[in-house]
Amino acid sequence: MTTFKLNGREVTVRGPDDAPLLWTIRDEAGLTGTKFGCGIGQCGACTVHIDGQAVRSCVTPTSLVAGKAVTTIEGLGGSHPLQKAWIETQAPQCGYCQSGQIMQAAALLKATPHPSDAEIDAAMNGNLCRCMAYVRIKQAIKLAAGPAAPVKAKVKA
Amino acid sequence: MTLSRDIAPNSPADMALSRRGFLISVSAAGATFSLSGPAEAAEGYAPTIWYSIDKAGKVTVNIIRAEMGQHVGTAIARIVADELEADWSKVTFEHVDSDPKWGLMVTGGSWSVWQSYPLYSQAAAAGRIALVKAGAKLLGAPATACVARNGAVWAGKTSVSYGEIVAKGDLAQQSSAADLAKMPIKTPGDRKLIGKPAPARDIPGKTDGKGVYGLDAKVPGMVYARPKLPPTRYGSTVASIDETAAKAVPGYIRAIALEDPSNTVPGWVMVYADSFVAADRATQALKVTWTTPPEAKTSEADLQARARELIADASKGGLVVADPGVDAAFAAAKTTLEQTYTTSTALHFQMEPVNALAFEKDGRFEIHTGNQWQSLVLPWLAQALGRKEDSIVLRTYLLGGGFGRRLNGDYAVGAALASKAIGGKPVKMVLTRADDSRFDSPRSPSVQVVKMAWGEAGRVTAMDHAACAGWPTEAMAPFFMPKGENGVAYDPFAISGANHWYNVGAQRVRAIGNDLANKTFRPGWLRSVGPGWTNWALESFMDEAAEKAGVDPLAFRLKMLDASGRNAGAAPTAVGGAKRQAAVLQRVAIKAGWGKPLPKNTGLGLATTFGQERDMPTWVACAARVHVDPASGVVRVEKLTLVADAGTIVSPDGALAQMQGASLWGLSLALFEGTSFVNGQVKDTNLNSYTPLRMADVPDLDIEFMPSTEPPVGLGEPATTVVGPAIGNAIYRAVGARVRDLPIRPAAVKAAMKA
Repeated sequence: MTTFKLNGREVTVRGPDDAPLLWTIRDEAGLTGTKFGCGIGQCGACTVHIDGQAVRSCVTPTSLVAGKAVTTIEGLGGSHPLQKAWIETQAPQCGYCQSGQIMQAAALLKATPHPSDAEIDAAMNGNLCRCMAYVRIKQAIKLAAGPAAPVKAKVKA
Repeated sequence: MTLSRDIAPNSPADMALSRRGFLISVSAAGATFSLSGPAEAAEGYAPTIWYSIDKAGKVTVNIIRAEMGQHVGTAIARIVADELEADWSKVTFEHVDSDPKWGLMVTGGSWSVWQSYPLYSQAAAAGRIALVKAGAKLLGAPATACVARNGAVWAGKTSVSYGEIVAKGDLAQQSSAADLAKMPIKTPGDRKLIGKPAPARDIPGKTDGKGVYGLDAKVPGMVYARPKLPPTRYGSTVASIDETAAKAVPGYIRAIALEDPSNTVPGWVMVYADSFVAADRATQALKVTWTTPPEAKTSEADLQARARELIADASKGGLVVADPGVDAAFAAAKTTLEQTYTTSTALHFQMEPVNALAFEKDGRFEIHTGNQWQSLVLPWLAQALGRKEDSIVLRTYLLGGGFGRRLNGDYAVGAALASKAIGGKPVKMVLTRADDSRFDSPRSPSVQVVKMAWGEAGRVTAMDHAACAGWPTEAMAPFFMPKGENGVAYDPFAISGANHWYNVGAQRVRAIGNDLANKTFRPGWLRSVGPGWTNWALESFMDEAAEKAGVDPLAFRLKMLDASGRNAGAAPTAVGGAKRQAAVLQRVAIKAGWGKPLPKNTGLGLATTFGQERDMPTWVACAARVHVDPASGVVRVEKLTLVADAGTIVSPDGALAQMQGASLWGLSLALFEGTSFVNGQVKDTNLNSYTPLRMADVPDLDIEFMPSTEPPVGLGEPATTVVGPAIGNAIYRAVGARVRDLPIRPAAVKAAMKA
């Protein structure tokens, strides 16, 4: 039994402690927006936030999130700037990886509100898009981030 | 050859289809209508089975194509809405479940828009004409004085909406099949939606987790299952099952060796549990021994050796093109060139591992899954389950990637048998990533030999292209194999591309099936299929031949793309023929700066394609600019420039997305993907060793469409196959290394530099 916060609500799940969080979220909590891709943490389709950090839920034991706050794509609210930008740029093709892409990008923007191209590449390189919609994913992240604050303003602040 | 248009009614192929319960959906546009007749719309008007209009004026378009990233529903619905003069805000669409009334249900070949365009346009024109007639009566005006516009019929300044017409009007009259085929379709200048940008309707659900994929399907009371897969695709039989360790896994239920009369999933042992986690762990714990066939030892080298052996025997294979005088031209040639090209096994690696939920309910078997070819798997399911096709239905879901993997519905059979084995109770079967890769229908390895002959004054007099690979169509849909000029049946999808639009004098194209490949695994249709290897050979060879002839590779190609003889092209979709291929090639050369100086170790390479089939040519050309590190042989693609002529572009943004994705697929297959068979199985089963392109490797992309009002053709695949040879040609121009094996590995580049 593990108790944790899932998208702001406290949940208690009965599955084995070492069951991957991915399947706990999908099959016990019934939230299927988080996807199963590779099962070894290398495609990023299962990305969720644990206390704000992007993690691969397919290799995270459920017991590890006891007492913590887990956010899935469903918890992002639907009108997050990244979700709007994903629609604006028509980024998804098959869409299967996009929950993970968006969660990964959300963690990036939280840490680095105006990432450079290289920072985007570095943060997103662990997220495979098999349709290879990378051009638009990058565009969407930049759109959501908006223009970087001018350097002068930063200095003044 | 295409699935539909080449098959004349009552031809043997047609009859073969009918016997299997398939219906031609497009070839005779009217055929489907005459088979099904007008549909009953519960509360509205349905001029054909393809759409209906309700009393509130809402138009619902029925989509028989799978949504796997191409936004196909939006594209087809806009074809209907444009021709119907519907209000786009009142148009919705539905991806329908399998039903015989839809005819052939397949999503592949980049055919969806091409096939749907005439069919849905004519259906919509019939509806519009009927609405105008009925609307005119309601308005008390002659029909000739009325026009349809944005969901209403207008007589001067008064109007009646489509909803009102459906509610009150006289819409009893139906069009016959013959009438539909003759329906006048709008001229390009009158189009209001086709060619205009519009957000794809499937996209919001792909950003908030609400889109429902096959993996997300569930019903109350279902159990989970994972198959314990045998050592080989075919011929392994279960010798013993030891459940001891599996029983220690909490939630484990049982394991059953499936009985499969259809031989789709021979040797599969289904492991049942109360959760996927338990099914997965129990499968690992379960011990199964199989007796295995000799193919359990097959290696990639064995497959390639067999291909070389078959190619060397001129009596093998089907002759796709067999002009007289090929041998004579080679015998009399002043110069000849012969080269051999190879490609390695490649995986689909669609992100959603294959899965299906199956159960029996009210005497019917339901399969809930994402699938690309319902009409192919239904007969397999019927045979496997021992029941009639009309008592089986495939429910439709989003596909977490298709790319051809889900044309092979083997997983639906596994899930259905798993349910049948426990009395029809609901079973959700999920393959792990490694399972999915091991029992992918991979792109077969291939070997090709290409030859050219030159006569007097450097004139090309003959060309001979022989290609040997595993044949997906032979493995899964042999009734789609036409006979060659020599009477030998061949897989058309595994050789397309070699029957190109260059005028090369006397031409021979020979397609040879690799029997060892077909015994060892189930070869698959992978995005663009044959041209994935044929165009690698053809377009690499064109640069080699140009060099042999001492001619610039662009000029060499353009001279042969003269659109004469059989390469002149014909209506409906190949109007202009090779002239249009020459045009995209010239355009890409200008855009990419062909002929301009480049930095050291940097090269620009060209390649072109007509897509897959000659009667649905999508003309594409690519220029790849690469930098090669001479010390390591590492190739970095700096920029890909692509130009496509796909006729009328229905959804400009969707078309661009397909070109972006397909060209990056081409890059990924050229440099980053590829596996090999070891002991009858693919060596690489997950991302720790199978390494598709990631964001950081994306080059600059410059993609352009030629303006055109010709009928639309397909865009899902063609760009995939130009990128590899363009890169290979660019590497040669950068550092003088000619590579002839795909994928291109740094070691091979280095080795070729030394040679």
